[in-house]
Amino acid sequence: VANYDEDALTMAVASAMNCLEGFDRGKVDALYFATTTAPYAERQNAGMIATALDLRADIQTADFTGSTKAGTTALLSAYNAVGAGSAKSVLVCTSDCRLGKPGSSQEMICGDGAAAFLLGDDGVAASLGGSYSVSYDFADHQRVGDDKYDRSWEDRWIRDAGYSKFIPEAVSGLLKKCNLSPKDIAKVCYPCLYARDHANMGRKLGFDPAQIQDHMLTAVGYTGTPNALMMLAAALEDAKPGDRILAASYGNGSDAIFFQVTDEIERAKNKRGIKEYLSSKKPLSNYEKYLHFRDMIPVEESPRTELSPTWISTQWREHKWIVGFVGSRCKRCGTPQYPGQRVCVKPDCGAIDEMEDYRFSDKKGRLFTYTGDNLGTCPDLPGVYGMVDFEGGGRALLDVTDCNLDELKVDMPVEMSFRRKYYDKQRGVYSYWWKAVPLKQ
Amino acid sequence: MAGSIKDRVAIIGMGCTKFGERWDTSASDLMVEAFKECIEDARIEKKDIEAAWSGTCFQESGFSAMPLGQALKLPFLPVTRVENFCATGSEALRGASYAVASGVYDIALAVGVEKLKDWGYGGLPGMIDQAIAGQRFGTGVTPYQSAPGLFAMMATRYFAKYGISPEEGKKIIGMVSVKSHHNGTLNPKAHLQREVTIDQVMKAPIIAWPLGLFDCCGVSDGGAAAIVVRADMAKKFRPDPVYIKALQIAVSSGEESIYTDYDYAHVETGYRAGMRAFQEAGVKNPREEISMAELHDCFSITETVSYEDLGFSSRGKAKDDILAGRFNLDGEQPVQPDGGLKCFGHPIGASGLRMMYEMYKQLQGKAGPRQIKNPKMGLTHNMGGYPAGNVISVLIVGL
Repeated sequence: VANYDEDALTMAVASAMNCLEGFDRGKVDALYFATTTAPYAERQNAGMIATALDLRADIQTADFTGSTKAGTTALLSAYNAVGAGSAKSVLVCTSDCRLGKPGSSQEMICGDGAAAFLLGDDGVAASLGGSYSVSYDFADHQRVGDDKYDRSWEDRWIRDAGYSKFIPEAVSGLLKKCNLSPKDIAKVCYPCLYARDHANMGRKLGFDPAQIQDHMLTAVGYTGTPNALMMLAAALEDAKPGDRILAASYGNGSDAIFFQVTDEIERAKNKRGIKEYLSSKKPLSNYEKYLHFRDMIPVEESPRTELSPTWISTQWREHKWIVGFVGSRCKRCGTPQYPGQRVCVKPDCGAIDEMEDYRFSDKKGRLFTYTGDNLGTCPDLPGVYGMVDFEGGGRALLDVTDCNLDELKVDMPVEMSFRRKYYDKQRGVYSYWWKAVPLKQ
Repeated sequence: MAGSIKDRVAIIGMGCTKFGERWDTSASDLMVEAFKECIEDARIEKKDIEAAWSGTCFQESGFSAMPLGQALKLPFLPVTRVENFCATGSEALRGASYAVASGVYDIALAVGVEKLKDWGYGGLPGMIDQAIAGQRFGTGVTPYQSAPGLFAMMATRYFAKYGISPEEGKKIIGMVSVKSHHNGTLNPKAHLQREVTIDQVMKAPIIAWPLGLFDCCGVSDGGAAAIVVRADMAKKFRPDPVYIKALQIAVSSGEESIYTDYDYAHVETGYRAGMRAFQEAGVKNPREEISMAELHDCFSITETVSYEDLGFSSRGKAKDDILAGRFNLDGEQPVQPDGGLKCFGHPIGASGLRMMYEMYKQLQGKAGPRQIKNPKMGLTHNMGGYPAGNVISVLIVGL
């Protein structure tokens, strides 16, 4: 599961940061975000992701939602946009943080995850060879209005009438349309809701067990919208040039897509990817803590840390430094500074209004000093924060997350991660900022 | 500096309330209590006062200058409210002193007060966010930082910089608190009047690693007041006025928090304000010439680095002086003779004047069982904010 300060939006940013490593972010022309668990029902989530990634403002952004097949649909839409020439490169982020009601089978099988893909027509690592979609108004689960949890119908019916029908229909439709047979496919990726039926489905379609990509149900869980695309990312990590990989989603139908891996794949493998993220997990052995993380039980909160009202106009004015983690660099002396300043902070410089934007989110740093504070509101006390000195210059006081206090050392390396900072319930505002995460040494 | 405040202004009267959890008193009550003692000590009447400065930090205690004017029924006097974090009380005294030094007024009043125990919880209200240079107001996204946490980061870095293990470091700063707790037992006005052992300090619950409960000062209600007059008329009021030798403040420029030179193992403003104060007072060697001091020991680590910032100890060597007992009441340079923030307590706006109250009484030989032998010069030091963004005052007084 995601940490207490993560949600679908922050995980989308994390996967996108990983995806965009080595690419010029200024060249991204559109960003599509697919999820069923967006923090905001209205206020475009893709727009905030684009700001967090410090993308240009003159791009198209859109949220794809309403079904767990929205991820593949967003990917196909991005493909169409590139194919039509309306965008040179489109970033597709898919992410979900699906909440199961305590005691439900959803709670047992759901996991949180994200995947991101950059689509373009240059330097392509896996070429999209074709797709086949089916859409059915199949209400195996639904959520309306203020529902916090999904409502589902009987599992046996979902399995027999939906899951075991739509995916095979899309996959065989695609194979037929592209004149392929199962043996032409190196790996096939499709979500697993039921482990035995996942295997049976592959066999019936004519795939050997070795051709079926690991569904990660036991390692991560069923992640919803990003599920098929996380499996695709994992398959690409192990792919060779020439491989054909097929991915099919599930949710009110299915989209099946196949990719032909190219020689460029080696370059794209130089990423953190599924394997490295899985290895960074930490055990969470306390169920009450998990319930607190997801706001499912009322807990005593210190009045000391009551929120002051969120000032929306201030957040907009400062959105570049809050959401984008963009500071400034002095053009006269070269000193990076966060947040951006008008008067240079270097004591012997003194330049006024000679600044340029400088992005800190992709800079590594070292933990100059830190503490673990037991007085805070952090659901995972002690709240750890510290001073971070950035490589290349700049210093900021930041929360440190995904760590235990006793693992920390002065001067240890850290990287930046976009996290949910608070939820202002009275005003319906989710606020986000950047935190430091210790790097493995 | 073209001019100096040295020997131009004298304190002829002071008052200080009992500090503590004063559930039965309001901010106004505390102002009256401190003022009553102050004016009796000065042997003047209210009508003699020509101007007043009111120091409160949290707005619940202060609403412009009116609470002071109305609590004391000051007869339509010019009253100014000042606020400079934990240096607020010193700022009030500074305002009153400059007004008298300017020649505009002969007699002025400075009052500092804070009512902290109506918040419903221990510690300070969450305003620290705003102290962080360059990190802007009202965004709410910066880390939740308690005051102990912000100062704990200084302990972490101080220990790392000087190669001190956390265990050893906790013992060194723990001794600072043991000393202040002892002094607090000798002070009937102190909030906390109980001895603690180093073992208790070391084993106390952690508030913000590595600081434990006894590394943190009291959170208290209290008030203090002073009457200042032109130095040349001071002896008309009393034979033993206390003369102001230096009044300095320094405010962070922002470089500590966002530029990477600052080492987080000292307080730059403390060093700067100290140097200016020593220059103003004509002090060449603070370790030898300052007889005693009240330092801003909001946390034990703060007092520790302040010894070094003010030249009482050389850099990295506070440890040796602490362990040798230099700053104990019977040591060569007593610090916190009244128990300090640690035990006297820390009502923010009152603390600067409370420190001055102790220096004043000590210089007059009226400190009872805490009396330091023959002191010549006393120093008070306030620090508001956190190590990388703060305001510091350093005041020196003498006979």
